[in-house]
Amino acid sequence: MADRGHDHVHASPVDEDSPHSYHQTLEVAVRELLIEKGVIDADEVRAAVEEMDARTPARGARVVARAWTDPDFRARLLADAPAACRELDIDVSPAQLTVTENTEDVHNVIVCTLCSCYPRPLLGLPPSWYKSASYRSRAVREPRAVLQEFGLDLPETVAVRVHDSTADLRYIVLPQRPEGTDTFSEDDLAALVTRDCLIGVAVPRVTRTVAEPASP
Amino acid sequence: MPRFATGDRVRVRAAHPPGHVRTPYYIRGRTGIVERICREFGNPEELAFGRHDAPKVMLYRVRFSQSDVWSDYKGASDDTIDVEIYEHWLEEVANG
Amino acid sequence: MDSRGRGTHDIGGLAGAPIELSEHEAAFWEKRVDAILMLLVGEPRRLISVDELRRGIEQLGAGAYERLSYYERWIASITTLLLEKGVITVDELGRKIAEVEGRGA
Repeated sequence: MADRGHDHVHASPVDEDSPHSYHQTLEVAVRELLIEKGVIDADEVRAAVEEMDARTPARGARVVARAWTDPDFRARLLADAPAACRELDIDVSPAQLTVTENTEDVHNVIVCTLCSCYPRPLLGLPPSWYKSASYRSRAVREPRAVLQEFGLDLPETVAVRVHDSTADLRYIVLPQRPEGTDTFSEDDLAALVTRDCLIGVAVPRVTRTVAEPASP
Repeated sequence: MPRFATGDRVRVRAAHPPGHVRTPYYIRGRTGIVERICREFGNPEELAFGRHDAPKVMLYRVRFSQSDVWSDYKGASDDTIDVEIYEHWLEEVANG
Repeated sequence: MDSRGRGTHDIGGLAGAPIELSEHEAAFWEKRVDAILMLLVGEPRRLISVDELRRGIEQLGAGAYERLSYYERWIASITTLLLEKGVITVDELGRKIAEVEGRGA
């Protein structure tokens, strides 16, 4: 019971106040049995959830912004993404991370039809739509229609390259750097890179002009 | 040693065994081009039954033309789909 | 597995509804399910593999696979694997579930 009180420390939605579904009860029962048997301990569970919460798409955005500003890094990222991420103190193990680069002629989009495999070390937990039957079933067969539902209408001159994460590789998309960002700092650039850009259902847009030099 | 090289034309075997299989149904029987040799990995079909000592298997990334995968594909003729496939699911295709 | 040998989970290319774009963060119990799996899969325990988890999910059967949410499928599969491997027993689990239910909402 001692661990349950700590749950409320987190800002995450708390389920303790609502009646438990059967599977929520099962989670509590299995976890407590594993703790009582010494298989895992409560602190480890908490630490794992904290680590999960620390992984956000900001990590992926940092990688992209560096690739946009440092051509040598970009080359290393495309050749060996795990090693390049380590340069930024981002550990992507055990994922076999692979970076797919958008160009003038090619747009990449990522899906996992069999499950919901996702580049979690760089993006955190997948959004619910990524795990949905609709996205998993349709993204491979009608990717352009799916992208349109996300507001991305690509011309026929751009080839759509779908990546189905069936096995051991995990993918992120390296989007194209938007026009008009020459004066942007790396942090400004990272702010343009949303989670959806890294999955390939969106492209970075300059939604604001960076204010006249805010800092000297 | 990988049995296939980058650029080889390969066909995905059209088999439908039970068990845990990482070759999606929609790609079985389709022909594509080896985009890259990934490396050897544990075989999910064996790992799924707890057999961690089973021999590793070579993994490839194979690129398919979408219009070869879906007869009614709506999109550009250059649209492709990349799927990771283990070596034992691939067979040679004569050039042509 | 359907009559042509297609698994319930193997849905690439099937027709589907428009993508539901609303976002909701994982609930805390869902994150705990995720955490339990990571701990059981990772070093030093390696009690179960992700492939086993997925086999368990794929064998839930068509009705359950489609009805259950993502993390409901996970905890169902994790539980079955722990029972199969003898890490926990059915009797222990039955008693613990009753105890948890008895704590009230």
